[in-house]
Amino acid sequence: MKLLIKNGRLIDPQNKLDAVKDLCIAEGKIVAIGSIPTEFTDCPVIDAKDWVVCPGLIDLSARLREPGLEYKATLESELDAAAAGGITSLACPPDTDPPLDEPGLVEMLKHRTKSLNHIHVYPIGALTQKLKGEKLTEMAELRDAGCVAFSHADEPITNLHILRQAMYYASTFNFSVWLRPQEINLANRGVAHDGEVATRLGLSPIPVCAETIALSNIILLVREIGVRVHVCRISSAESVAMIRTAKQQKLPITCDVSINHLHLSEMDIGFFNTNCHLIPPLRNLQDRDSLRAGLIDGTIDAICSDHAPIDDDAKLLPFGESEAGASGLELLLSLTLKWADSMNLSLIDGLKVITQIPASILAIDAGHLSLGAAADICIFDPEAYWKVTPSTLKSQGKNTPFMGMELPGSVKYTLVGGNIIYQRSN
Amino acid sequence: MNHQLQLNKNGELLHLLTIEGLPASILTLILDTAESFTGVTEREIKKIPLLRGKSIFNLFFEPSTRTRTTFEIAAKRLSADVLNLNIAVSAQSKGEALLDTVNNLSAMHADMFVVRHSQSGAAHMIASHVKPDIHVINAGDGRHAHPTQALLDMFTIRRYKQDFHNLRVAIVGDILHSRVARSQIHALSTLGVPEIRVVAPKTLLPNKVERLGVHVYHDMEKGLRDVDVVIMLRLQNERMQGANLPSNEEYFKYYGLTPEKLAKAKPDAIVMHPGPMNRGIEIDSVVADGGQSVILPQVTFGIAVRMAVMSILAGN
Repeated sequence: MKLLIKNGRLIDPQNKLDAVKDLCIAEGKIVAIGSIPTEFTDCPVIDAKDWVVCPGLIDLSARLREPGLEYKATLESELDAAAAGGITSLACPPDTDPPLDEPGLVEMLKHRTKSLNHIHVYPIGALTQKLKGEKLTEMAELRDAGCVAFSHADEPITNLHILRQAMYYASTFNFSVWLRPQEINLANRGVAHDGEVATRLGLSPIPVCAETIALSNIILLVREIGVRVHVCRISSAESVAMIRTAKQQKLPITCDVSINHLHLSEMDIGFFNTNCHLIPPLRNLQDRDSLRAGLIDGTIDAICSDHAPIDDDAKLLPFGESEAGASGLELLLSLTLKWADSMNLSLIDGLKVITQIPASILAIDAGHLSLGAAADICIFDPEAYWKVTPSTLKSQGKNTPFMGMELPGSVKYTLVGGNIIYQRSN
Repeated sequence: MNHQLQLNKNGELLHLLTIEGLPASILTLILDTAESFTGVTEREIKKIPLLRGKSIFNLFFEPSTRTRTTFEIAAKRLSADVLNLNIAVSAQSKGEALLDTVNNLSAMHADMFVVRHSQSGAAHMIASHVKPDIHVINAGDGRHAHPTQALLDMFTIRRYKQDFHNLRVAIVGDILHSRVARSQIHALSTLGVPEIRVVAPKTLLPNKVERLGVHVYHDMEKGLRDVDVVIMLRLQNERMQGANLPSNEEYFKYYGLTPEKLAKAKPDAIVMHPGPMNRGIEIDSVVADGGQSVILPQVTFGIAVRMAVMSILAGN
């Protein structure tokens, strides 16, 4: 099975390549770039003129809702959405029902995803049993079943002793621990940033210190234990500053931010727009600007979609009762391009945070277009705009603050292992 | 979802959800209309046929006696048919979704919903989903807004002080959890009150409250100095002890309205309270029943103001 992608602008951050070149695929791998071997004269061709050909995107946080939460979304719908978003690898957090805390569940998930469109799904195992924050999981067994890291999703670990022990245990095997910092008592069942908008609308507030105090604990434990930690979805300027200091001290910490927090602030809640009910909450404009800048100076390593498909009914409630989260798989590319463009970043630098860097955080061989690499590829038209509507989203979750907006970057093809798993129909 | 959903394209009131964003002309129209109804409430036959044949549903997802009763009286004086639904103990406990409840009631040909709900934004959500000919009045949503209470307070202030443009008003107590305070602040600033103060300990003030256009005081004696209007807020039982406040006694000592503290205000200052009062906790009985108190007239005016809101909505 051979395939030739002609005339495309190849952008590969890892190999520092940005040039119009042809790319040849055989047996699922990239076999030639630039000069076309003779055996490709008669094979299927994708003409990618005026389009960008880049490594398939890698998403660090996509909830697929299986097992247990199929009423919100299914693996089929969400992996289709990922393909339509140009994503070829994704990590899914353990907050399923039951949580991914036993090898059997992970094996079943891996098996289910393999039978679908071949997108690489990397489960993040639960750090504690049932995500209750009480007993450690069988991390080594879970790794053998396919988990690439361990996290506590959005569930709190109130007992710091348990968190410390879990970090020690994970570090025994050099596993990476993924944590979203939130001190649950300070969050105090809040639903919006403790600022002007929550005050005006009378919404229960979540102060910034709910994030920074938890982050401070994490950083101190990393300093003691040396465990590799990936900090998920920070939301505040203060957190950016703390991560920056931690990195200056050479602590083994990486960090990501969601597409939503990169573009939005508390102001977008307007008058109770439940699509802006997110975890962590959207904070103020200074926070947003610090996140945007932190991503450029490398304090924040990567962008994730923070994909959380939610059924309509759960958003058709008063703000405080609505379910938090936004659909994001199909917006990851567009919102990354939008950020890069507004920061005057080159495409190659913009794409780096959704290809090369997340691959290195996951420690997987992906996110580049090297000769011999698996042909996981995204082809998109950087000039085309598309409108976010319920019908343009393949995800079962139609919940996004960007509903109705025109966004840049239209995915034309997505390839996994040389197979076309998505082709834009028009 | 937009606050402008309470206005139609001609800028007339379709729903009353929040004071925020309403022009002074609409607030004044409501107050003037209420003024014309005060006569009705004092007549022997207290009914006028403005809303004859209209159905008004009181949807109370949260218990209330006073507000629900005044809405009911107001509707009946306008000759409307009133149905009280205490949903806190019916549909919600059966797990029926809020919008399903509203849709079912819409199918019974309601003309107006008066909604109280424990969640901020509930009335907005209902208003954005009902059929265009149904009007929604917010009778209190979470900590967000209680516009008719604020309007009746404005009515009271206007009655006793005539002009808003030279007043100093202090709102004292639990601003953090108070929908009444938020609506009062918007109403006072829209009507041109130059100085609005909030007086409370830091645990009862929301973050960035000064962005609402108020001056913050923690010392009540300073906060009341030379004010024309003192608005006391009710302290909810569940806030009295614990993480917000240590005790009733300490609260009363520092933030309760006593004759001594009231003496700091102007001699002709009026004292208001949205009720129900906790005597001896936020207000001394001597003050509550004293010559400067206008707390009972507030209740009476509440009926006229709610009649005004209902009749204006029904006409738009």
